[in-house]
Amino acid sequence: MSATTETPAPAAAPAAHGIFGFTRAQAVAFVVMLAAIVILPHILYPIFLMRVLMGALFACAFNLLIGYLGLLSFGHAAFYGMGAYLGAWALKVWHLDAALAILVGGATGGLLGLALGWLAIRRSGIYFAMITLALAQMVYFFCVEAPFTGGEDGIQQIPRGVAFGLFPLHSDMAMYWFTAAIFLAGFLLIHRVIHSPFGQVLKAIRENEPRAISLGYRVQDYKLIAFVLSAFLSGIAGATTSVIFGIATLDGVVSDRSGDVVLTTLVGGLGTVFGPVVGAAVTTAMENYLAQFGSWVTITQGAIFVVCVLAFRRGIVGEVAARLKLSL
Amino acid sequence: MADHILETEGLTKEFNGFVAVDHVALGVRTGTIHALIGPNGAGKTTCFNLLTGFLPATAGRIRFKGRDITGMRPAEVARLGLVRSFQISAVFPRLTALENVRLALQRARGRSFDFWRSERVLARYNDRAHQLLFDVGLSEFVHTVAGQLAYGQKRALEIATTLALDPEMMLLDEPTAGMTHADVERIVELIHTIRAGRTILMVEHNLSVVEGLCDTITVLTRGRVLAEGDYAAVSANPEVIAAYLGSEAPHAEPAHA
Ligand SMILES: Nc1ncnc2c1ncn2[C@@H]1O[C@H](COP(=O)(O)OP(=O)(O)O)[C@@H](O)[C@H]1O
Ligand SMILES: [Mg+2]
Repeated sequence: MSATTETPAPAAAPAAHGIFGFTRAQAVAFVVMLAAIVILPHILYPIFLMRVLMGALFACAFNLLIGYLGLLSFGHAAFYGMGAYLGAWALKVWHLDAALAILVGGATGGLLGLALGWLAIRRSGIYFAMITLALAQMVYFFCVEAPFTGGEDGIQQIPRGVAFGLFPLHSDMAMYWFTAAIFLAGFLLIHRVIHSPFGQVLKAIRENEPRAISLGYRVQDYKLIAFVLSAFLSGIAGATTSVIFGIATLDGVVSDRSGDVVLTTLVGGLGTVFGPVVGAAVTTAMENYLAQFGSWVTITQGAIFVVCVLAFRRGIVGEVAARLKLSL
Repeated sequence: MADHILETEGLTKEFNGFVAVDHVALGVRTGTIHALIGPNGAGKTTCFNLLTGFLPATAGRIRFKGRDITGMRPAEVARLGLVRSFQISAVFPRLTALENVRLALQRARGRSFDFWRSERVLARYNDRAHQLLFDVGLSEFVHTVAGQLAYGQKRALEIATTLALDPEMMLLDEPTAGMTHADVERIVELIHTIRAGRTILMVEHNLSVVEGLCDTITVLTRGRVLAEGDYAAVSANPEVIAAYLGSEAPHAEPAHA
């Protein structure tokens, strides 16, 4: 090991963190995002935007693990898909309030996350990824066989119902505002988690796990809590999507879904606050506008993935942030 | 024995048949600075890994403060007050010096599962963290990202972070390795000031550091204890001289290892 002789210049205290722990640049980006959420439904299809928002929430939840803890899960479809099924079931069969049904979906994701996470966090790196993939495949096969999922047909004709006993969600615009509120709540929750005493420990574990252990941190507990939070929010995203489209199918639990969320996060910028949101907008738009070309979607996605990994390793937001020397 | 804070009995570690630590009986007296020396590959770092639970022992027992800690998980060992440093400097590179130290304070004082609170609650640890950074000479670098610190400063930050836990016993693995002369002196002085009320077990290659600092020295070669005693006794031991001549000279090494 070579000794560094030059001494770094002392750094000044950082400017006090503004509202809710956002830096100035992040606060600006957040306002831009809010404006987009308010204006865009008058220009673009609300249904499309709702897909973007829930894709973004799913990717943000996934990013909590990979970006802030260095844990690459290849099994997040299990939480998203099971959340979608149970949310659908709660709405259609139990006739619960839409908000409550979505919470049921989140709880399903969280509980499943507790079980799968408990098994997976014992390993790290590629082994962690493989275990999550294998466990999610088991969940998939369970869903293929279990009668309540409706097999190939899925659970169909789910009524959107009423949120909080007050807001009927039949119109797309009503559903849109409800979806936007859920997205914002999830987004801000993740931001708060990252900027909490708990989040500080997550960063320590990512940076130097043996050192965190040697300071007396029971790192498995922290990983499991983060995993459950991530799975909970994935379940919320899945359940909300099934309410939006009135259908929950095997599409939610299939391993492609786990791959999509990895892609979305990478394209947007891993470990950035806004990267997963931008990534979701880009990948959903691509899916939407390339749909007419059939299987070309997959090939184009693959190509974009390769370009991103080779040329823009930090993802769209990561590159922009690096160029502007900002944290986004 | 009551005056031993740390004791091992027949401590052994095998890696696929290779015996890295071989029936080591170590006794560290409370309040002393104890050196573990020996040529590269002697098993010193492996010993540290065993003592702190980072590796499971193949055989033998470890007692800390009279309590059997064999097989205990590393985080639990740390919570009992036996805290280690690492041979390669162990900081959280993308966090500031202040945040590094606060992470230790936050653990010791219990605030770490609050995921719904703002990290602003951690400001309550700032005064103590500033004091610790001042003690190790890093006052000017409180807000510097740890990865940008010079090598000697990283080691100092590591010690400040460990001290934040106020551990009864510290294990330091080559705290002065790869340092400039001035940095070595600063660390030696620092160890002098932090020893009050503490026991320190350290791996150290620089024998002039050992001579000036340590009460007891244990010499390890090929996993076995070759000799134990104070500096005068150990350095006069013919077996130690032979062992060192076989590999590396017992003189102080150049500052840049
Ligand atoms: N995890 C491991 N797996 C296999 N062999 C190891 C491992 N750790 C250490 N060793 C071996 O054990 C011996 C002692 O290593 P170490 O304790 O690092 O020596 P020291 O710190 O005294 O230089 C060396 O021969 C090393 O190669
Ligand atoms: Mg060593």
